[in-house]
Amino acid sequence: MTHLADATASYNPLLPSWPEFVIGTILFFLVFGFLARIGLPRIMKTLEERHDAIEGGINRADEAQAEAQQVLEQYRSQLDDARHEAARMREEAREQGAQIIAEMRERAEAESRRIIDAAQAQIAAERQQALASLRTEVGSLAVELASRIVGESLADTARQGRMVDRFLADLDQQGTRVRAGAGR
Amino acid sequence: MTGALAAAAGGGCHIFSGCGFPAPGLQDFIWTPFFTIGQFQFTKPMLLAILSALVVIGFFWAAFRKPKLIPGRTQSLGEMAILAVRDQILRPSLGRKGDSYLPFLVSLFFFIYIMNVMELIPVFQFPVTSRIGFVWPMVFTVYFLYLYLGFMHQGAWGYLRNMIPAGVPWPIYIILVPVELLRFFIFQPFTLGVRLFGNMFAGHLLLTIFTLATWYLLSLSVGLLYAVGSFALAIFVFVLETLVTLLQAFIFTTLTATYIASSVEPAH
Repeated sequence: MTHLADATASYNPLLPSWPEFVIGTILFFLVFGFLARIGLPRIMKTLEERHDAIEGGINRADEAQAEAQQVLEQYRSQLDDARHEAARMREEAREQGAQIIAEMRERAEAESRRIIDAAQAQIAAERQQALASLRTEVGSLAVELASRIVGESLADTARQGRMVDRFLADLDQQGTRVRAGAGR
Repeated sequence: MTGALAAAAGGGCHIFSGCGFPAPGLQDFIWTPFFTIGQFQFTKPMLLAILSALVVIGFFWAAFRKPKLIPGRTQSLGEMAILAVRDQILRPSLGRKGDSYLPFLVSLFFFIYIMNVMELIPVFQFPVTSRIGFVWPMVFTVYFLYLYLGFMHQGAWGYLRNMIPAGVPWPIYIILVPVELLRFFIFQPFTLGVRLFGNMFAGHLLLTIFTLATWYLLSLSVGLLYAVGSFALAIFVFVLETLVTLLQAFIFTTLTATYIASSVEPAH
């Protein structure tokens, strides 16, 4: 205790003890030297690299996004084109269909007209033929009928009636034969 | 072990036992050496200083030995530590171009902080920075650094001229010139060192007083009540000191950054 009291009397806490000063200096420069030469350069390099890596990653992501956007645009425009194309083709098909229908109708009409014309011409020809044959036959028929009437006895009215009937029946038969001949 | 601590720990010196309070004082900062080599005495503060340096170097060695892009736990902690110094201390006063001073400021901050924190660790229980011999080396380093930078960046005449604020009526200069010169050459380094030393010195004294008093007042009497009060205060001072240790390291480093900045770029 006594030597401590003596020490207290001569101790000024603001003045350094030189051994401590020297040790303190050495230690501080050891710490500083280590951090300045080894510790911090290493970690700063790593921090830089990490910064680059993160920034590079972000850049890459940006690029990918831009590319995706571009592809999307492209697809959209392609889709639009396809839509226009389809609409155009539909329109064309409709036009073409209408044209075909019109053409067909025209052709059918022409055909039907042709058929009708042919039929009419044939009918006219047949009629002409019928008229001609009638004209030639009516005379001979009338002569034949008259000769029969004259050849038979005129007294009997009943017989006359039968004769007329037979004649008409003959005529009928003849008529059907003529029509069948014309149809053939 | 110091005298007062030895006396208190040694025995039954309690209140009402005819024993005076072994008040702590200067003697608590004087250590009997562990061993002596000739004139050289190896004491506890020296051991703690060496330990502090080893802790700082060891921690940053463990953290930054093989730095990885994706950091492990220790590396993350180390990165946080140096980035905190950079963003909270260096950048505000020096800006981006001051990054080359980062190793210096990081060394100052963590060396001082660990030496301070020795105060609070059981068994060690002594702030190395309350021995001013460990403070002056750093102060002198800072002092010579900012003088050197000032003369380098502003020229001898320019540096001295920039110390004096311009645009003052001339009679004021009679006072202003010596005050400003004293500020740069004497007051700044002196206060820088003594601020750190004084805070840690006072903090250690407070802690010692209240822990010793808790022990001294402890007896089966009304003294028990005092002891409890003293113990509560000791706890309070301990919590306060956890803040002060960090704060003093921060202030020392921040002021260093400011001084460097004023040397590199003259004040406006």
